[in-house]
Amino acid sequence: MTLQGAGVGRAGVIGPVVRVSPAPAAPTNEAVPADRDETAQRVEQAFDDVAAGLLAQAATAQGAAVSVLEATAQMAQDPALRKQTLARVRDGEPPVTALDAVIGGFADMFTKAGGMLAERVTDLRSVRDRVAALVLGTPAPGVPVLTEPSVVVADDLAPADTAALDLRCVLAIVTERGGTTSHTAIIAGQLAIPCVVRVAGAMDLAEGTVVAVDAAAGTVEPNPSEATAAAFAERARVARQLAEDTSAGATADGHPVNLLANIGTAEDADRLAVGSVEGVGLFRTEVLFLGRATAPTREEQAAVYTRVLTSLGGRKLVVRTLDAGADKPLAFATQPDEENPALGIRGYRLVRTAPELLETQLGALADAQEATGVEPWVMAPMIATVGEARDFAAAARRHGIRTVGVMVEVPAAALRAEAILAEVDFVSMGTNDLAQYVMATDRLCGELSDLISLWQPAVLDLVAATAAAGERTGKPAGVCGESASDPVMAVVLTGLGVTSLSMAPAAVPTVRYAIAQHTREQAQAVARAALGADTADAARAAAVAALRPEVVQVLAL
Amino acid sequence: MSTRTVAVASTSGLHARPASLFTQAVTESGIDVTIAHGGNSPVDASSILLVMSLGVPHGDEVTLEADGDEADRVLDELAALLGRNLDEAS
Repeated sequence: MTLQGAGVGRAGVIGPVVRVSPAPAAPTNEAVPADRDETAQRVEQAFDDVAAGLLAQAATAQGAAVSVLEATAQMAQDPALRKQTLARVRDGEPPVTALDAVIGGFADMFTKAGGMLAERVTDLRSVRDRVAALVLGTPAPGVPVLTEPSVVVADDLAPADTAALDLRCVLAIVTERGGTTSHTAIIAGQLAIPCVVRVAGAMDLAEGTVVAVDAAAGTVEPNPSEATAAAFAERARVARQLAEDTSAGATADGHPVNLLANIGTAEDADRLAVGSVEGVGLFRTEVLFLGRATAPTREEQAAVYTRVLTSLGGRKLVVRTLDAGADKPLAFATQPDEENPALGIRGYRLVRTAPELLETQLGALADAQEATGVEPWVMAPMIATVGEARDFAAAARRHGIRTVGVMVEVPAAALRAEAILAEVDFVSMGTNDLAQYVMATDRLCGELSDLISLWQPAVLDLVAATAAAGERTGKPAGVCGESASDPVMAVVLTGLGVTSLSMAPAAVPTVRYAIAQHTREQAQAVARAALGADTADAARAAAVAALRPEVVQVLAL
Repeated sequence: MSTRTVAVASTSGLHARPASLFTQAVTESGIDVTIAHGGNSPVDASSILLVMSLGVPHGDEVTLEADGDEADRVLDELAALLGRNLDEAS
């Protein structure tokens, strides 16, 4: 029976299921060991094996995953953790119960300390889960070592699990929980790995079952038919063909729409072949800051910005200043005691508590501009008022930044977009956060993913209002949220007057095709159809119905 | 009994990376070393969990203690390590 979820991406793939096992719980009434010394030895061996396994994984991992794995290995080797656990076992406590008590003690201590220590609790729990699995003889929790291209099926994937994945062997990711805007889904989108989330019954799929994962339809079909395989092959052929088109983004009658990429690192910029995109519409600079104990220096940042400007070879670069806080905490800037971090000191608001972060970053961007002779566009995240936009623009211009903009992701900014545009040179809409704040719905809350749909009429209204303000003032109004990567939404946005679309690079070919198949007037009609609907589902259906039928057929919409 | 008191020079204090480098050095020394901060009782300096739980910020003094023939040499080396900014060490 075909399972239904919410898809991220467009591809369809077929492969065997590899399950990510959940963490084993301590058995209720876990038996007191008959031979305490033997059990203590077994627990000690489990600690050793877990540490060795993590180090072996670190040796073959790359990037940020290496330090995550090494730090976790060091915890598994920790003498205090072992001593306390083994002492409890020798005193007659059952092994996993003892382990839970000791890990729980450290976790409480770390949680109370807050900040950087609190962030290590995930590592502690990961050690706990791995050791407990060995002691109980259950399958290792977390992502198994993949030996062939596989469909990874999990209840949900923690960021560390995603980091540990050997992406060369991941055909697709299927999760029973999670939402389409969760970080796992976004990472999968960035890496062009098809992903289907919120698939009820996914965890019942047996290991090794061959499934057809259709990210476009959001379905998972066990033991797929020949017809499905043939349809996927045809879709892949069309995708390859569309990828060969490298013309500039424009409607059928030549109205230009900049097609840009979202990137997080200098390496991402290196991968953007000339012709594939017209530049970068969102450089998420917080990647430079995350996981560090102190902020990168002006020199360090300038070197990265210089490298990105150089890699792009004169193509457009829109840099977003540090967007930390909420779900992206920074050890040196985050307020540990916020009740509602998504509504707290995050993004541009950090100027209230750590103004030097923005000053250093703007200085570094000016240095990179000086070094390369290329002018980056620079924008601030989480702007809520005209005053904030004015202050940011003044600070950026003081440093010699010529083109200054702000993100529109707070409804207040969308409602006052025209007044904000009087202060800055451009705006860029972050549609995920905008939807989160318009709909009062945590974007990570899978349970409410219907509410946070970017097709919600209220979200579309604010996007339309912002785009209209851009047209009235003659200033660029772009979209750099995930919505730009949906070819149907891309046509709607074009019709609304959005001037640039920035997305995961893998999404560009289908978006380029969808826009090029419609005249500006046709795109406006598609936008009107979407705006006229009462519900999110009706809006998307109305937009699809208004598209040219060839496009619907070619893209299997 | 040998002791050394030293101010922690790392910008993030005795957290993540500095704590990791320090506890590894203690383990490699092969002798039992304790570390104390403020008025609290000394803890095993080879345990990254205990060392991090001390929550020593940048500039605070800690006291190292060890016994035996090797104690003075090892403590000198460990004190020198804590006296460097380990956040910037490559």
